[in-house]
Amino acid sequence: MRLNLPLVVAAAFLLAACTTASEDAAKSVSGGEKVASSSSKTTVSSASTTKTTKSAEKPLSAGPKPGSQLDLEINVGDRVLFDYDKSTLSSDSRTTIGRWAEWLMAYPANKIIIEGHADERGTREYNLALGERRANAAREYLISLGVNPNRAKTISFGKERPAIPGSNENAYAQNRRAVAVLSKD
Amino acid sequence: MVPYLAKMIIAVSMAVVIFPTLSLVFAQTSQKKLVVNVNEGTYKPLPIAIPDFHAVGSGAEGYAVSISKVISDNLQRSGLFSPIDKRAFLSIPNSVKERPNFVNWKPLNAQALVIGEAKILPNNALGIEFVLYDVFAEQVMIRYQLSISSSKAWRRLAHTAADQIYKRITGESGYFDTRVVYISERGPTKKRKKRLSIMDQDGHNHKYLTDGNSLVLTPRFSPIRDEITYLAYFDEQQPPRVYLLNIENSDQVTLGTFPGMTFAPRFSPDGRKVIMSMAERGNTDIYVMDLLTLNQKQLTTHPAIDTSPSYSPDCSKIVFESDRGGSQQLYVMNSNGKNQRRISFKRGGRYGTPVWSPRGDLIAFTKFYKGSFHIGVMKSDGSGERLLTKGFIVEGPTWAPNGRVLMFYRQQRQNEKGEGSNPRLYSIDLTGHNEREIITPEDASDPAWSRLTSDIDPEKIKKICPD
Repeated sequence: MRLNLPLVVAAAFLLAACTTASEDAAKSVSGGEKVASSSSKTTVSSASTTKTTKSAEKPLSAGPKPGSQLDLEINVGDRVLFDYDKSTLSSDSRTTIGRWAEWLMAYPANKIIIEGHADERGTREYNLALGERRANAAREYLISLGVNPNRAKTISFGKERPAIPGSNENAYAQNRRAVAVLSKD
Repeated sequence: MVPYLAKMIIAVSMAVVIFPTLSLVFAQTSQKKLVVNVNEGTYKPLPIAIPDFHAVGSGAEGYAVSISKVISDNLQRSGLFSPIDKRAFLSIPNSVKERPNFVNWKPLNAQALVIGEAKILPNNALGIEFVLYDVFAEQVMIRYQLSISSSKAWRRLAHTAADQIYKRITGESGYFDTRVVYISERGPTKKRKKRLSIMDQDGHNHKYLTDGNSLVLTPRFSPIRDEITYLAYFDEQQPPRVYLLNIENSDQVTLGTFPGMTFAPRFSPDGRKVIMSMAERGNTDIYVMDLLTLNQKQLTTHPAIDTSPSYSPDCSKIVFESDRGGSQQLYVMNSNGKNQRRISFKRGGRYGTPVWSPRGDLIAFTKFYKGSFHIGVMKSDGSGERLLTKGFIVEGPTWAPNGRVLMFYRQQRQNEKGEGSNPRLYSIDLTGHNEREIITPEDASDPAWSRLTSDIDPEKIKKICPD
């Protein structure tokens, strides 16, 4: 059954793409991809494929599948932001990470990777270390809320994977972040 | 480049008119032997005449012309020489055996003259012979015969010849027969495709070493083998690792068995070790790994970020950056990790990516100060700081093997669509003069300069770093 999935997906996608009537479906496909790629490109292919099936089949159904990457992004809030050159968690960030903890409790099979990122105003190697420090700050707090340490790993991308392009304060504020991504493990 | 050429042409035409005065000046110079004082803050490039090399026998015509051009281009890019427009040449000796008529070269203000020949040797080898003359002393400065086993590698003949000319006239060893590894970049900011790439120092013989499917960063050359160490994310859900890649046969190994992300690798000056950072639970420390015994040793234990380590050329010390004092600053320690002390004290700046000069006297760094990035140098005790260039982002200095030229990358501000950052490689003289772009096929960052190719040899570079 599982092996057949890609074919079903492809068929559903083709159907959506060929039929001009299902414009809503096409729209939600591209929308879904956009959300996914802004958090982590590694999940784009698998996550958006799954979404494609769902939106193509049920264009009117609202909301992502509970426990999915998209659920984490839209309903939980997948990221926390940091001040320049800092890794301190704000109270908003703590609230968000609290929701990560609840979500992980609700879906005990899920594990997450916490990605740490920095804005471009730092040297490449320092930013790798800073990103790791940010990801770790989020992880430590998550664990303090009772989440099993084995369910949250960290990775740093330094300044390599900005969420928002542009050399401006708004982009920088969005790029100094730690992002929870559903682990493929 | 253009201003130098323009000035040179004027000088040539003036020299014809006021020849006697000029010749007197240079007659004195020639008694002291032809020397360029390369330590002056401002210097005038030395006019040098390099006619096309002659081809001896058949088949070498193309090589002869190309080799003399590459020699000329190298010397010109160094900023220390100004090759004279070939159209001004009056008569050229027909071979390296024929003594030039110096009267024909003095009016052009040519201080030095290079006459050369190229010929095809058996088994598709290629040879050159060239003579460097001091025009005003009317003397031979050097005469060399060089050959290379494959004519395909003809550029190395040209680079080596240029290195010899540079060395004889400046008194410093050359840096033209070298390569650069760096990161080629393309695509949108959010999904940047980065490839490990290698080229000659002048941008020729360009080659991609990875396919761009994995994010790769910060390559560095081994001083003793055709190997590089770099950082890669082969699985973007796993922490990146430091790898060792053999350029010749593409063999690759992961360096070390570390629980966390490893990054910021650099070879020891004897090429037997790699020093790097490992980040775990928010703390980054410096480790060294012996490539033969595979022993790993932790050198820093501070809970702050300690990264970007670089050995002194005698292997006795390591410079690194740390934010243990509250912001990114430079520190020096003994190579066993003892005696850690801060060396950057100027107020109001953050310092990163220190790299020890191959001469041992200076440390190059990236400085973030008043909203701009700078490339600078300081003495190894932290005194004598000089900023060489600045920009929106300038980062990652790397030294030419003679410790006289630095390469780095420069990146511009990007617009809201992520366009316009255009990272590119530049070289700059230690004096802060002569900044020049190295042309690459795509955007470029993270350059690392090799040693002279002829020095990359474990027999020549003995083990000097203690176990």
